[in-house]
Amino acid sequence: MSISAEKKMPMIELSGVAKSFVLHNQGSAVIPVMAGAELRVEAGECVALTGASGAGKSTLMRMIYGNYRANAGQIVVGGVDVASAEPREIIQLRREVLGYVSQFLRVVPRVPTLDVVAEPLLSLGVEEEKARARAAELLARLNIPERLWSLSPTTFSGGEQQRVNIARGFAHDYPALLLDEPTASLDPVNRAVVLELIEAAKARGAAIVGIFHDAEARARVCDREEDVSAFTPQAAA
Amino acid sequence: MTPLLQVTGIEKRYGARIGCADVNFDLYPGEVMGIVGESGSGKSTLLNCLAGHLKPDAGQVIFDTRADGPVDTVTMSEPARRMLGRTDWAFVHQHARDGLRMNVSAGGNIGERLMAVGARHYGDIRNRAVDWLDRVEIAEGRVDDRPSAFSGGMQQRLQIARNLVTEPRLVFMDEPTGGLDVSVQARLLDLLRGLVRQMGLSALIVTHDLAVVRLLADRLMVMKDGHVVESGLTDQVLDDPQHAYTQLLVSSVLQV
Repeated sequence: MSISAEKKMPMIELSGVAKSFVLHNQGSAVIPVMAGAELRVEAGECVALTGASGAGKSTLMRMIYGNYRANAGQIVVGGVDVASAEPREIIQLRREVLGYVSQFLRVVPRVPTLDVVAEPLLSLGVEEEKARARAAELLARLNIPERLWSLSPTTFSGGEQQRVNIARGFAHDYPALLLDEPTASLDPVNRAVVLELIEAAKARGAAIVGIFHDAEARARVCDREEDVSAFTPQAAA
Repeated sequence: MTPLLQVTGIEKRYGARIGCADVNFDLYPGEVMGIVGESGSGKSTLLNCLAGHLKPDAGQVIFDTRADGPVDTVTMSEPARRMLGRTDWAFVHQHARDGLRMNVSAGGNIGERLMAVGARHYGDIRNRAVDWLDRVEIAEGRVDDRPSAFSGGMQQRLQIARNLVTEPRLVFMDEPTGGLDVSVQARLLDLLRGLVRQMGLSALIVTHDLAVVRLLADRLMVMKDGHVVESGLTDQVLDDPQHAYTQLLVSSVLQV
């Protein structure tokens, strides 16, 4: 394959993706939540998922990450079909290619913030000193006071946890990034820092899918919007 | 890449009762897999069959040995299996006293495992023991104390040091954080995660604690009545459980 052909391949490509939840312990109720979802995101592009609350933005994002299982269709990220890949392939994809900044910070209690942020780099085999230096740089940039770096983030405020989460998500230069409300609960100064980080990630060629309720932020960093309501299964169907 | 462990059709019966049946999976180098299920689901039986403590009635457990490549550990000779248990394998028991020699010093507990694989130089053995005590956050000054003088959390860390000193490639863990205070659990989890990453270990962890597997395991297998009812990526199984039993298990966890 020539280099130019490779460049044209989208970093993230979804086709015919469908999802329903089966609640076995509630009378085996089947709840269809998505059908025929299509999405293409090229390197260096940022696409915002839009739609009313409950339309399936987070569900779609979780399916791209492999956190929710797709019932049909393909979800190709960096050449790997997440919908059919083995767990170890998804683990490798998440380590090297696909980053995810969720709204919730989930960490081992008592692990210092600096280590929490450095962990994605350590798991890639980056030297400890380098990984910590990068973590420190991001934490400083996101205005987490240095006296907090040696403490576990579990006791931090919501906004601080959110920033730790963002620092962790941007520690490694992932070629593909999923951002779930990255600017929510941030003050204007930190919000600006996050938008700069997103712009820098785009500039280095990251393909980004994001959920932004912050319309101004969305307008600034996103190249286009994808309304997921189009993928909501018809009630009659 | 060759799987480190290939398990096919493992079955163990206790008379007419099924301990575990039809268990199949591959484990690759560096992977950590959790096995969850309620008491009596067969998860400990399975672990003991895989680790050579119980003889399965059917099935293969093919381990990629350092020396001879893939070998079926079910049919290998008892001495060969025991050697594997001292070199490539490690087993961390729920109760540290089952995995430690309580009347031997902490340093002796670690040194014993080294001597079993041929280490003879006293100074070297002691140095490595002290090094490992440090890695599991036990002060050097405690090297000559017996584990009976240690707290539960320290005993568990000592058991881990004793197991990992020979640099095994596969670690079996049976409820490694069970019976410990939550604050001690957190420290142990952090320690295990660090060791798994630094040493590139593969591990099988049996537990009933879903929070523990979420933080430690890449993959998860859910067992009920001796059978595997669901398996996959840990966060996928916990966040989007497909099987009725897994849904029940996940929805039964108390929120803190």
